[in-house]
Amino acid sequence: MNLSDSKKKLALGGAVCGIVAAILALLGNPANMAFCIACFIRDTAGAFGMHQAEAVQYARPEIIGLVLGAFIISVATKEFCATAGSSPMIRFVLGVIIMIGALVFLGCPLRMVIRMSAGDLNAWVALIGFILGVATGVFALKQGFSLGRAHVTNKESGAVLPVIVVGILVLALCTSLLKASEAGPGSMHAPIIASLIGGLVFGAIAQKTRMCFAGSIRDVILMKNFDLLSVIVGLFVVMLVFNVATGRFILGFSTPGVIAHSEHLWNILGMYTVGFAAVLAGGCPLRQLILAGQGSSDAAMTVVGMFVGAAMCHNFGLAASGTAMNAETQEVVAGAVPFNGKVACIICIIVCFVIAFTNKRKEAK
Amino acid sequence: MKEVDARGLSCPEPLMLTAEALKAASGPVKVLVTEPHQKMNVEKYAKDHGKKPVSTEKDGYYEVVIE
Repeated sequence: MNLSDSKKKLALGGAVCGIVAAILALLGNPANMAFCIACFIRDTAGAFGMHQAEAVQYARPEIIGLVLGAFIISVATKEFCATAGSSPMIRFVLGVIIMIGALVFLGCPLRMVIRMSAGDLNAWVALIGFILGVATGVFALKQGFSLGRAHVTNKESGAVLPVIVVGILVLALCTSLLKASEAGPGSMHAPIIASLIGGLVFGAIAQKTRMCFAGSIRDVILMKNFDLLSVIVGLFVVMLVFNVATGRFILGFSTPGVIAHSEHLWNILGMYTVGFAAVLAGGCPLRQLILAGQGSSDAAMTVVGMFVGAAMCHNFGLAASGTAMNAETQEVVAGAVPFNGKVACIICIIVCFVIAFTNKRKEAK
Repeated sequence: MKEVDARGLSCPEPLMLTAEALKAASGPVKVLVTEPHQKMNVEKYAKDHGKKPVSTEKDGYYEVVIE
């Protein structure tokens, strides 16, 4: 089964993923969030008590489904390959950085596209930063950036993350150990079974299409290759039709209820950070989950970094707040990036530059 | 034959190295990659550039000869 050999198949794969996201939004996932890797990892970190932000704690079955979907399809199609050893701690740091950038903007690249399809102009502004971040990463690649070789390792090592997510599912279904928000975005979710199936389908398609939001723009800049971009366009078009058809398309900057803010500079810099770090790590947050599912322990380290980054964002007050309506006064309260978040974002960009220009391919040294 | 050992490297490094090698070499180029999707990417790149790729599975990696 090859979904990646033509732009039509790739766009179709993206469209099916768009339909999954739309269905999950209809079934209860937060408005305009539908399927956000950064938000869902943050919620799952909250479920484990890694942070204490009560509004965003819920073990999202979509994350479990994504990893398992990629694992199952890669085993079934003989693409599972257990590898490890390509600068794992740098990849961990990149995971932390990706999450900090994402929560300064309020969403991963997938959610940025979903927000764009709902008319949120803040996401269109952030796209500028994302493209610039990816372009900076491409520049580093052209200068010989590399995190070194991964090596084939024991199959069991590649299966650790898939087994862990099954453990999370068991804890969520059979115990009351995990926290679950009673109000706020964490309390808004589709039924567990729908989220899990949605995640499995999304994960399997993402594995076969190589869906990657950073990779799509990277390939256009680096090789004038539009294959991966066609997956994203497919997803965007479906979400656009869904949002227009269901009255969710609202063109504007100030949109209470969609968990976004209008600090343009920080929307740009947040997604710049994500784009830059994602190219260095070899893929966006979604792609990291998929690569981890198909056996990469290095990608799994990036995923662990994203969990830790999510905890740091809420424990140290780095995450932005969304524009919201004050229920009592009916006034719109503008969302903002806290001072700590701005400082952290700048530090993350500096660290990205250090990583990008100190790690070279051996042949390029 | 010019050989590109891209085993274990992250995307898009295998493709970048392949592109560099194809530009520099006048004859066939042998590319070694670890993962199936990298093999497919290299094959597609070769076809898109009018070359003929022939792949064989080796012990823990793939060999793509581009002519």
